[in-house]
Amino acid sequence: MPPSPDAVAALKVGWAGVTDRASLDHPAVDVPAADLLGVLGSLKSLQGFDMLTDVAGVDWGVGARPRFTVVYHLFSTTTHAYLRVASSCPDDAAPQLPSAAALWPGADWHEREAFDMFGIRFAGHPDLRRIIMWDGYPYHPLRKDFPLAGIETPLPDAEITAEVKVGLIAAPMAGGPFVAAAGQMNMGDAEPRAKDESWNERRPKPGT
Amino acid sequence: MPTEHAFPDSAARIARAEAGAEKMSISMGPSHPSTHGVLRLQLELDGEVVTKADPVIGYLHRGDEKIAENMTYNQFVPYTDRLDYLAPLANNMAYAIAVEKLAKLEVPPRCQAIRAITAEMARISSHLLGLGAFGIDVGAWTVFMYTFTEREKLYKLFEELTGARFTTSYSRIGGVARDVPEGWLGRVDAFCVQFLPNLEEVLNLLTRNKIFMDRTAGIGVITKEDAIAYGLTGPNLRASGVALDLRKDKPYSGYEQYDFDVSVGTRGDSYDRYLVRAEEMRQSVRIIRQAIAMFPPGKWSAEDARKIVAPRKDKVLTSMEELIQNFMLVTEGPQMPPGEVYFEAENPKGALGFYVVSKGGGVPWRLKIRAPSFCNLSILPKLCVGVMVADIVAILGSLDFVMGECDR
Repeated sequence: MPPSPDAVAALKVGWAGVTDRASLDHPAVDVPAADLLGVLGSLKSLQGFDMLTDVAGVDWGVGARPRFTVVYHLFSTTTHAYLRVASSCPDDAAPQLPSAAALWPGADWHEREAFDMFGIRFAGHPDLRRIIMWDGYPYHPLRKDFPLAGIETPLPDAEITAEVKVGLIAAPMAGGPFVAAAGQMNMGDAEPRAKDESWNERRPKPGT
Repeated sequence: MPTEHAFPDSAARIARAEAGAEKMSISMGPSHPSTHGVLRLQLELDGEVVTKADPVIGYLHRGDEKIAENMTYNQFVPYTDRLDYLAPLANNMAYAIAVEKLAKLEVPPRCQAIRAITAEMARISSHLLGLGAFGIDVGAWTVFMYTFTEREKLYKLFEELTGARFTTSYSRIGGVARDVPEGWLGRVDAFCVQFLPNLEEVLNLLTRNKIFMDRTAGIGVITKEDAIAYGLTGPNLRASGVALDLRKDKPYSGYEQYDFDVSVGTRGDSYDRYLVRAEEMRQSVRIIRQAIAMFPPGKWSAEDARKIVAPRKDKVLTSMEELIQNFMLVTEGPQMPPGEVYFEAENPKGALGFYVVSKGGGVPWRLKIRAPSFCNLSILPKLCVGVMVADIVAILGSLDFVMGECDR
């Protein structure tokens, strides 16, 4: 069924918790975590949003409330309309949302990525493992409290570590990354330059 | 023309395999010639039949999204080259348009035309490589030689325009790095004229090639429903019979002015995916030639947006105002309003999307890259079950993915 002219208005009739979300382009709604699966399901079956194009985790920063939001972008292959559905995780310490993998099998990998990068768990996901980092990697790199330079971590393969006798490889920063920071500071600080979190062979890692 | 796979009943074969002997687990990749980079497939085999396929990705992960959060918008342009590194010009454009949407900035028609021409050239270049590599995967070496000859000509044109053959970094937020050189459009047109007969010669090596058809027709069939449910886009979606092309359905960068056809498959097998790409190259030539014929005069960047677009270099060195403007743009980045946008462009591999969250200022708070190769590969666990190992090579070749984009 094609989407109604105003999918958001139609959605609000059935779901009291759905609210408008500020957006610069496509229609967008905020959905409480408890209603998320119902809303996505009705958008898919009643409004014709048959394709889930993207699932993006967002970390609003340490101390922000709510800290983690997952943003779904839906697309209709018949009317070519986009819709943005955002849902925040109720618990900041153990972020969790219901999984959309039963609605769209394509959500499987997207949710694994959000889990890998942000540590957001998806209840009901068939196989929630890391997808980009290796199994057993201890951090969630896209969280705002994870440093850009990375954190040294033992290599995943114990056998190879024993063989080559190298267990840790520091990120080869070699003067980078060159970070430009905007905000209330003097120009010297704002200029793109290697910040203190970089180190290399000649320069020891700060704090060691 | 073969209409059915030699072993149509995969369910029965899996059942036989499950009832019978022990299974073998092998790793295909990460450095296997048919995995086009560093894709690894953890396969479970019963004899030659695949009973389970688990793709392992991430070997080329560089943390592009993390990097983007720590630099200004223009500084990230070179990183977009390295997503789908076979079509950097198309990535540059998609990223620039996404950020321009955030700023509600319209680029001049000349800039749009330049971007459309370069994106279509990138599409031809990407499809030529995809076709050549696909040919090698299924045993037709010669095709690769022909397609690389044509690609080399394109790279010469890229080099003349951008200064680089491979990593072009051509777009800027609000424009392009420089105008087209004198006589360049004529040389692009000349390329198109000689390319069409050469393309037909290449395609003649494959389209009715008995071996090629036996290897690809009926192999890796993706139904329309599956293609949509898994979020497949681009030629892989269209080969399954969905006439979805964002250049037509959500036109950007002036594509609405150009007359071209969307090529659509009927059966969704590897052979259809080949045919769709072959036709897309002909259509790209049509678009390029139209864009050259109606190439607009005027500015090639949105110079008036002084908080976003850097001034011309000659002015920077002679005028105080422009010097300050340039300094502010380099140190603080192009100034964006707070808000969020999502933009998808029809790239050679599929819909490349950028979800940009801004809190204002010159650095994005979050930049999510929706990589078409990532979504296209997510169907592999379903697609590869019940096929022969040799068929996986044909399926991977026909999906035409790039790991730089998949792993980001």
